[in-house]
Amino acid sequence: MKRFVGFIKKEFYHIFRDTRSLFILFGMPIVQILLFGFAITNEINNVDMAILDHSKDATTKEIINKISASKYFSIKQILERETDIEAVFKKGKVKAVLNFETDFGKNLIKNHQATVQIITDATDPNTANTISNYINSILQNHQQEQNKAIHIDYVIVPEPRMVYNPELKSVYMFVPGVMTIILMLVSAMMTSISITREKELGTMEILLVSPIKPFQVIIGKVFPYIFLSVINAVVIVLLSIFIFKMPVQGSLFLLALESVLFIISALALGILISTISATQQTAMMISLMGLMLPVILLSGFIFPISSMPLPLQVLSNIIPAKWFIIILKGIMLKGVGLEFIWKETLILLGMTILFIGLSVKKYKIRLE
Amino acid sequence: MGITVSNISKSYKGVKALQDISFEVKPNELFGLIGPDGAGKTTLFRILTTLLIADKGQASVAGFDVLKDFKDIRKHVGYMPGRFSLYQDLTVEENLEFFATIFGTTIEENYDLIKDIYVQIEPFKDRRAGKLSGGMKQKLALSCALIHKPKVLFLDEPTTGVDPVSRKEFWDMLKRLQQKNITILVSTPYMDEAALCDRIALIQDGQILQIDTPEAIVKQYPKTIYNVSANNMYQLINSLKDYQYQHSVYPFGEFVHYTDVRNDFKINDLKMYLEAEKLLNIKIEKTQATIEDSFMELAKYPNRTCKLSKT
Repeated sequence: MKRFVGFIKKEFYHIFRDTRSLFILFGMPIVQILLFGFAITNEINNVDMAILDHSKDATTKEIINKISASKYFSIKQILERETDIEAVFKKGKVKAVLNFETDFGKNLIKNHQATVQIITDATDPNTANTISNYINSILQNHQQEQNKAIHIDYVIVPEPRMVYNPELKSVYMFVPGVMTIILMLVSAMMTSISITREKELGTMEILLVSPIKPFQVIIGKVFPYIFLSVINAVVIVLLSIFIFKMPVQGSLFLLALESVLFIISALALGILISTISATQQTAMMISLMGLMLPVILLSGFIFPISSMPLPLQVLSNIIPAKWFIIILKGIMLKGVGLEFIWKETLILLGMTILFIGLSVKKYKIRLE
Repeated sequence: MGITVSNISKSYKGVKALQDISFEVKPNELFGLIGPDGAGKTTLFRILTTLLIADKGQASVAGFDVLKDFKDIRKHVGYMPGRFSLYQDLTVEENLEFFATIFGTTIEENYDLIKDIYVQIEPFKDRRAGKLSGGMKQKLALSCALIHKPKVLFLDEPTTGVDPVSRKEFWDMLKRLQQKNITILVSTPYMDEAALCDRIALIQDGQILQIDTPEAIVKQYPKTIYNVSANNMYQLINSLKDYQYQHSVYPFGEFVHYTDVRNDFKINDLKMYLEAEKLLNIKIEKTQATIEDSFMELAKYPNRTCKLSKT
C-alpha cells in the first residue's frame, strides 16, 4: 500500500510540474465549451437577405415587414432586376433572396394564388435549408392570419411542439458531446502518454526490475487522471449550467456516477494504447486518430446516427462515446433515471471491464 | 549467490546478439564485461535482470533462476541502465525517496550503504535530476540502485559520458561497495577501467573472447610490444603499416604500439627502416601490454584465442 501511495505521489509531481500539459488539461475544456457554445451553432440569426419585388403592393409590403421584423433576418438590399439576383449572390452579400411575382397582391385576390420565389445560397446546405424553412413558416403564418377572415371548410392546423429543448438551442446538443470528447481526450491520451513516457525515458526498465506489480503501476497511473477528469467534468457541467443555462433535469449523483464509469473506460483505453505504442508520439497519434475522430464523427454528437449508412451505424455501436452521449442527454435534458438508461450503462460497463482486462493482460512484464 | 550464466544465446530479427555465452561471477566479486558498443553487453544485462528472455541457455542471479524466479530477482538486484533512467522532473531527494518506497524501504534504513555517494550530491537534493551534471546523475542513479541493499548490482556502462575525475571516484565507490558484500557486474567500453575489476570477460560480437583476471589476460599477451614515436604521427602509422614484418600497429596515446612477426626482432632494423622513410626523432622501446592490446589481439583472431583461453 505504501508502495502504491508513493507511486501516486510521484504521478502527481509529474502532472503538476508539467505546467504546459496542465494548462492544456484545464484550459481545453473551458475553451472548447465556450467555442462550441457561442461560435459554432446551427441556429440562424440576422441572416442577410435581399428582396426583388415586382409587385410593390400592400400585400408584399406587409410580408416584407414581417420578415424584417423577425430576429432571424435583416433585409440588406432591395433589388430592381432579375439579373441583380445572381450578382448579389456572387458578391456573397446575402444568403437569400425573395422574389415576388408581378401583381402578387392582385393575383392573390383574383386567383386565390400567388407565387413568391425563395432563392437561397446553398453553398452551405444546412443553413440554406433552415433559412428556407424559416421563410416558409413566416409566409404560412401570414397566410393563416389572412384566412381567419374567410371561412374554409377543412383546415388542418399542425401544432408542432419541440420537447426537451423547445428553443432548439444547439448548446444543449454540444454540451454532452464536448464533455464526452474532453473526458475521452484527457483520460485516454494523457494516460497513454504518461505510460509511454516511462518507456521512452527508460524509467520503465527500472520499474520493471523492482517489486512493484503491474496492476499497481496501472492503477497508480490511472488514479490521478480519474481525479483530474472528474474535476474537468464538474467544470464543464458548471459552465453549461451557469453560462448556457443548460438544465440538468435528472439526478446529479447519477450523472456523476455515469461520468466516472465513462472516465474509467477511457482510461482503460489509454492503457491499452500505451501497451501497443513505444513512443509518446505514437500514443498521441493513436489517441487522436483512433479515439477523437470516431468520437466526433460516429458517436451521434454532430451527425445523427440514424441517417448514417448501415455499416457505420453498426460500427457506431462499439464506440463507448455513443452510449455515454445517450446517457448524458437522457439525464441532463430528459431527466430520466437509471430505469431508462440501464441498457446503455450496462454496455458501457461491459466495455470498461473488457478494456481493463485486455490492458492488464497486454501489459508487458518484460521489455519485449 | 553470485551469477551463473550457461550457454545463453539471443538473437534479434536474425542478428545474433549473444552466442552461447557462459561465465560465472563469484559472490562479492567485481566482474567487468569489457567490449565495444554493440558487443551484446546490454542484451546480457537485460537477460540477467529478467527484462528479456534468452532464446537458449540458463542463468541464475543470487541463486534465483532468471526465468522461474524473476519476481525474486527483481526484489534483490539493483539495476542501473546505460541511459540515465531516473525521473528528470523529480528532485534528487524525491527520486531517491520514490525508489526507496517502491522497494519497500526508506532512505534512513539503508543510509549507511549510500552515505559515501549521497553526501556528494546531498547539497543539491532540491535540484531536479534533469538539471544535474553527468557525474552527479551517475551518483544519484547509483544511490537509487543501492537504496534497497541489493545482493547483486548490475551497472551497464555507468561511466559513459562522465568526466575522468568522476569516473575515478565512481570506481573507488564500487571498490568500497564490494566490501559490503555486494556482487557487482559492470560493463564498460573503456579498457583502462578493466584493470580495476577482479576479473573481466572480453566480449565482442556476442561472443566472449576471454575470461580471466586483468593481470592474467595481459600476461598471456603473446608478443612483445614496442612503443614507437616520431615527429610525424600520421606518417609513422602509415610507414609501420607498410613494413613487411609488422604484426600489429595501433595508436596508443602519444605512441604507436607495434608488434613484429619475427621472433628475433631487432629494434635497430625498424629504426633504419623508419629513417629511410624520412621520419625524425624516432624512439623505440619495449613496453608492457595493456588490456586494450590484448583485446585488439583477441579480436583480430577470435577463433585462435578461444582455443588459447581454454588451455
